[in-house]
Parts: sequence; C-alpha cells; structure tokens
Amino acid sequence: MSTANNSIEELIEDFNAIGIKDRLSLLLEFSEKLPELPERYADHPDLLERVEECQSPVFLFVEVDASDKVHLFFTAPAEAPTTRGFASILQEALDGHSADEVLGVDDDFPSRIGLAEAVSPLRMRGMRAMLGRIKRQVREKRA
Amino acid sequence: MTIEFDSNPKFADYAHPEVLVSTEWLAANLGREGLVVVESDEDVLLYETGHIATSVKIDWHTDLNDPVTRDYVSDEAFAQLLSSKGISRDTTVVLYGDKSNWWSSYALWVFKLFGHEDVRLLDGGRDKWIAEGRELTKEEPTITLADYPVVKRNDSQYRAFRDDILKHFGNPMIDVRSTEEYTGERTHMPAYPDEGALRGGHIPSAKSVPWSRAVGEDHAFKSRAELEAIYLGEAGLKPGDNVIAYCRIGERSSHTWFALNFLLGFTNVRNYDGSWTEWGSLVGVPIVKGIEPGVAPAVA
Repeated sequence: MSTANNSIEELIEDFNAIGIKDRLSLLLEFSEKLPELPERYADHPDLLERVEECQSPVFLFVEVDASDKVHLFFTAPAEAPTTRGFASILQEALDGHSADEVLGVDDDFPSRIGLAEAVSPLRMRGMRAMLGRIKRQVREKRA
Repeated sequence: MTIEFDSNPKFADYAHPEVLVSTEWLAANLGREGLVVVESDEDVLLYETGHIATSVKIDWHTDLNDPVTRDYVSDEAFAQLLSSKGISRDTTVVLYGDKSNWWSSYALWVFKLFGHEDVRLLDGGRDKWIAEGRELTKEEPTITLADYPVVKRNDSQYRAFRDDILKHFGNPMIDVRSTEEYTGERTHMPAYPDEGALRGGHIPSAKSVPWSRAVGEDHAFKSRAELEAIYLGEAGLKPGDNVIAYCRIGERSSHTWFALNFLLGFTNVRNYDGSWTEWGSLVGVPIVKGIEPGVAPAVA
C-alpha cells in the first residue's frame, strides 16, 4: 500500500498536470464525492470540531483505531463546494494511513497542489487549517 | 438601450429603487438583449454547481483583486475582464450571489468605483432564487465578447483609506463585523492558527451594526422603515452624515454601504476596504476593546 506522502505526491501531480479551469473542475469532483458522515457522528454534532478558519461551517472528526490507523470524517454544506473539495482531498490523501505517516506529511502541501492560482492563496488557508487540526487531533487521540 | 426598472412596490420606498430587481423581474427578463447577469459568490466553485441561466461568473478574489498589490485590478484589467464577460459600458448588469449578496455587493461596489452606470442587485440573491424553487443550470453560456473601454477608477467617492479614517474622527463610522470581532474577544487556543490581524477590537467611536441585520430571513433587504429604525434609530446616523463602514477586508461593509447609499439615500458613504486586516495591524493607531464604541480621538 502506498504511503500518505505517496498519495499526496500523486494528487499534486494530478492537479499540476492540468490547466487552471480544469483544476477547478477536479476540485468540484472531489467535493461531490466527500463521504456522508456515519450515523454515530451525524447524530452527535457536538463531537465534531469546527474549523473556524473556513468561512463556511466545516466540521471534522478524527479517529485513530487499535492498529494506529487514522480515519477522517467531515461535514460541510453543499453550498460550500470549495470547502467540501478541500476536505475530500485530505480524506483521500490521509484516511487509512498510520498516525505517524499522517503526522509526517508536509504542513504546507496544500500550497503545492496548484490550487492557489485557481481559488486564491487566501482561500488555501482554510485547507492548511484543516490539516493542522487533523494533526492536532491525531496527537491527542493517540496520547 | 437601458432596460426598464423593476416597479416592485417594495423598492419604491427606497432612495434609489432602480438598483434592485426582484426574482420575478429577473425570471421575466432573462435573455434580454443588453442584460448580463453576473454571479459572484464567497465560494469560488458555487457557480459551477449550478447558476441562473445565462449568467456569467466573476470571482471577487481571482478576478477583482490584483494578484500582487493589495488593491483592485488595474483599469486595463477591469476593461478586459468585463469585455470577456460580454459586458459593454451601457450594459444593464444584474449581480447576485450567495450569503444574502454579501460578495455580490462587494462586486457591485467595485463596478461603481469604475463608474459603471447601470448595475443592479437581485434582492435576496441566490438563496431567495433557490428557495422559490427557480431553476439553476450547469450550462455555461456562450459569451459574445464585448468592447469595454478602459476607464480610470475613481476611489474618491466611495472608498476610504487609512489616512481618511484618521481625518474622519468626529464623524460616524459603522463596524459591520460580528460582536465577537467588534469587542476584540478571540477564541485563542494552542495549535489553532490565528486570524490575519495582530490586534483585536474596533476603531474608536465606530458603532456596531452587524451587516446581516439589513436583510430579513428571506435574504432580501428589509423595508426602508426597518432599515431606518436600525441605522438612524439605533446607530444614530443623521441624514447628511459623512459615514464610513468597515469590516475585515471590506466585503461585508460593501453590503452596508449599498444599504446606506442606495436604499437610505446617504450621499456621503465610503467603504474602508483596508478594514480590520489593515487597522488591526497598523502601528500606533488607536483601538478600543469591549462593547462600548469609545471616544474618537482629536483629529491631528
């Protein structure tokens, strides 16, 4: 199985291989495939952490299972496709990898996806903030 | 070839009824020659998920802001942008967007800096259109390129800079951010990235009127009487006042600027787009924390 860093490098390659308009379309595809919350969280919004740096309400929850694998859960409204797209990219890149691998990914990889030109550098801050919160929760859950 | 205004009775009470159109009016006028509908949202991808038929997209960040200098695009870039969207100088432009027209008001304000005459806002924006069950499409319109002239942007009428604020003390200001931002409270926890200003609080003497108070639950503007109760009654503005509105980067305050200028008829309202991300990081400027507006310093 590929590592979290491999998944990230593949995503970076995919996004950078295409033009700016197509990068937006790809981000939209990601936003459409963000998985629904499982019931245990859908019924307990209080367990989810709000990402304040995103203007749209996005909530996330991190689990670290018995074999030290990380599982990510997100919810963001349909009216916030960019935020959903960011969450979905993080989900694809990090979910199922070990806690060590997730903690080891480059904090700044969102800046290398080539989306800054398409959505503006300011908006990318939201994605870096999500990554920061994921890592913090991984550290807390493992402690 | 001006397109006739919306004669909706709700708008007749406003100082400038011609700057608003209703969802009914837009539905009836879609496809008219000389009309271009523009969607402008907070979320850069929302247009792609479905938009009003024939509408084009203008993004507040990637299209209207200069990529290098913190400023709006150059005169040439604005002309090129509008030409590429099929807009001529005499086109009737109807703007609409998400979040009660928060960002489309910002786009409208930039259009006005460039002196575009006939630009109107869809009352209630994208949310009201959808709530009424009106259609959206993913189809991108075929645009006939237009020839928009290069116009010199005029910042003097509607835009305030930081030095203008220092000279403005003694005149009213409206802070349109949330109460937490106004008081300078911040949820500051370890490992949580911080916001883009070094200090919290507000500009001394600015009254707090969160921007969204200007709209009702249907996202449309409140009636003139309701708006007067808020801005003249509670905030104490008087007809003829010289007013400056601000928020974090000037977007939410564009919405309040629109209400004061076009709906209530203030003729001297400016938007301070540097707003808190500038003021909260400036060295040596006065700041007040807490819920009280505080006292305006003497003008130097």
